Amino acid sequence: MRHRNVKNKALLGGIMLLAAAGIAGCGSSGGGKGGQVIVYNWGEYIDPDTIEMFEEETGIEVVYDEFETNEIMYPKVESGAASYDVVCPSDYMISKMIANDMLAELNFDNIPNAKKNIGAQYYEQSKGFDPENQYAIPYCWGTVGILYNKTMVDEPITSWAQLWDEKYADNILMQDSVRDAFMVAEKLNGFSMNTTDPQELETAKNSLIEQKPLVQAYVIDQVRDKMIGNEAAIGVIYSGEAIYTQRENPDLEYVIPEEGTNVWIDSWVILKDAPNKENAEKFIDFMCRGDIAVKNFEYITYSTPNDAARELIEDEDIRNSEIAFPDLSKFNNLETFVYLGEDGDALYNELWKEVKSN
Amino acid sequence: MKNTAKKIYIALIFLFLYAPIATLMVLSFNASKTRAKWGGFTFKWYTRLIQNDDILKALGNTLLIALLSSVIATVIGTVACIAMNHMKKRTRTVMMGITNIPMLNADIVTGISLMLLFISFGFRFGFGTILLSHITFNIPYVILSVMPRMKQLNPSIYEAALDLGASPVSAFRRVVFPDLLPGILSGFLMAFTMSLDDFIITHFTKGAGVDTLSTKIYTEVRKGIKPEMYALSTIIFLAVLVLLLLVNAAPDKQDARADKKQAARF
Repeated sequence: MRHRNVKNKALLGGIMLLAAAGIAGCGSSGGGKGGQVIVYNWGEYIDPDTIEMFEEETGIEVVYDEFETNEIMYPKVESGAASYDVVCPSDYMISKMIANDMLAELNFDNIPNAKKNIGAQYYEQSKGFDPENQYAIPYCWGTVGILYNKTMVDEPITSWAQLWDEKYADNILMQDSVRDAFMVAEKLNGFSMNTTDPQELETAKNSLIEQKPLVQAYVIDQVRDKMIGNEAAIGVIYSGEAIYTQRENPDLEYVIPEEGTNVWIDSWVILKDAPNKENAEKFIDFMCRGDIAVKNFEYITYSTPNDAARELIEDEDIRNSEIAFPDLSKFNNLETFVYLGEDGDALYNELWKEVKSN
Repeated sequence: MKNTAKKIYIALIFLFLYAPIATLMVLSFNASKTRAKWGGFTFKWYTRLIQNDDILKALGNTLLIALLSSVIATVIGTVACIAMNHMKKRTRTVMMGITNIPMLNADIVTGISLMLLFISFGFRFGFGTILLSHITFNIPYVILSVMPRMKQLNPSIYEAALDLGASPVSAFRRVVFPDLLPGILSGFLMAFTMSLDDFIITHFTKGAGVDTLSTKIYTEVRKGIKPEMYALSTIIFLAVLVLLLLVNAAPDKQDARADKKQAARF
């Protein structure tokens, strides 16, 4: 027994050592002399160097936190558990936060780069969820379209309707999230993707049920890897992933369907009860600077709404890429998600359940 | 014939258990970022891992929280067991029931209720709140593994020690504690692992800028998990494997030695 005792102590010591080794090397950060700003952004959604540059230039310490979905971000911000200053939600979530009076009106005089560098068409598109452009400054955007493998289809893909073509049975990947899946069916039938009309939603639901036997899988992330690995011919994907997948597999082609699609915009907003509003404005202004935005674009590879940054992109193919920077005026029926209210959300979820369980 | 069937069956079990881990290990050496393509053998994810401060900081937080919370929970849990052991049978059963509930409770309920509790008491969210909540959900596991050991103890031994002149403290330290130790240790290890891989409760009780490995990995879901994480998981798996081998190999020898000693004594 005594022996085992010693042994156990050794084990405990070993674990402690392991822990100590892990902690060594991570110094603690003190408060900057310019105060701090607390940022809540998507995971992997910023070039870490730009944060350091901001800290050096302004003396403001950035407390940086990350979330994985809008739905996970919302309750944390709403509860006030951690008092964030700057958040980067998506379109429909911003309209929900506006509706619940959680956002502060922005003072664009303090954020000069936002007016100067962000393209007017993106503010125009933002009006879908922020009607007077008072709350949100676009940070990243993109479209949802079809990624297809040229060697596995007979003709170019141009329309959502081809996702219902029996030729491609078991070769189709759909997005496994309510609004994205319904968007496809709604656009197919010529409805608005923000519709709450029960009749239209019923039609969209029936389309999705009709398509279900042809679908290989409802997935989110795996579209990327499956398409690269030639495991499917056609997939619904976010444009931000398209460039990366094409680089890995040159047979892939991305297209915005002719029926129109979803233009999504993730934007910076400042919370109403932000403790460091001034620093928050400085942070957003810094991120809107051309040289900073281009660094972030290169890191994230999602389209930037920052015109000044786009001019700084060195690779000409990317600067003029139809995928990263499509001319929005050329397409019909481009829309941006808005918050549908609790009843609307419940209705969508109910119908989606029926599709998935059918 | 029967033997081959047995072997195949065992092989299948090991295949299902370890195939996912093996996949992850192989991918950690894949030069290409996507799982769909083999881009050649490389160590670059391991070198990048060492250079990535964010991941190392998250690893440090995870280990520190796991260690502190399991040690504190072990102390609290063991003391609670001693107290409960001296209760009347009825009260003890009720108490056991109450301490068992948090284990059966869904993590998300525990997480959200802890968050609400911290908010209503005006706590600042950060490292401290994560630690407190980990201690909270660890205590029941310690009690669960110490209590059965406690019940096996013969109370007369403790009383005999007192009769022979030991003070209550030294009687506990030298008589009761050694007998409890296996239970305490397994409770500690259970608490340590529970804390190590908790995600939901940590997510709800963490503040801005503090991350553990699980919350860090989860934020990467949208943009695709970085291969650095495969490398880290591989290292952790191997470390645990080595630790387990050491722990499992040693006691046999010791037991054998102890038996011999005991035999020699008589």
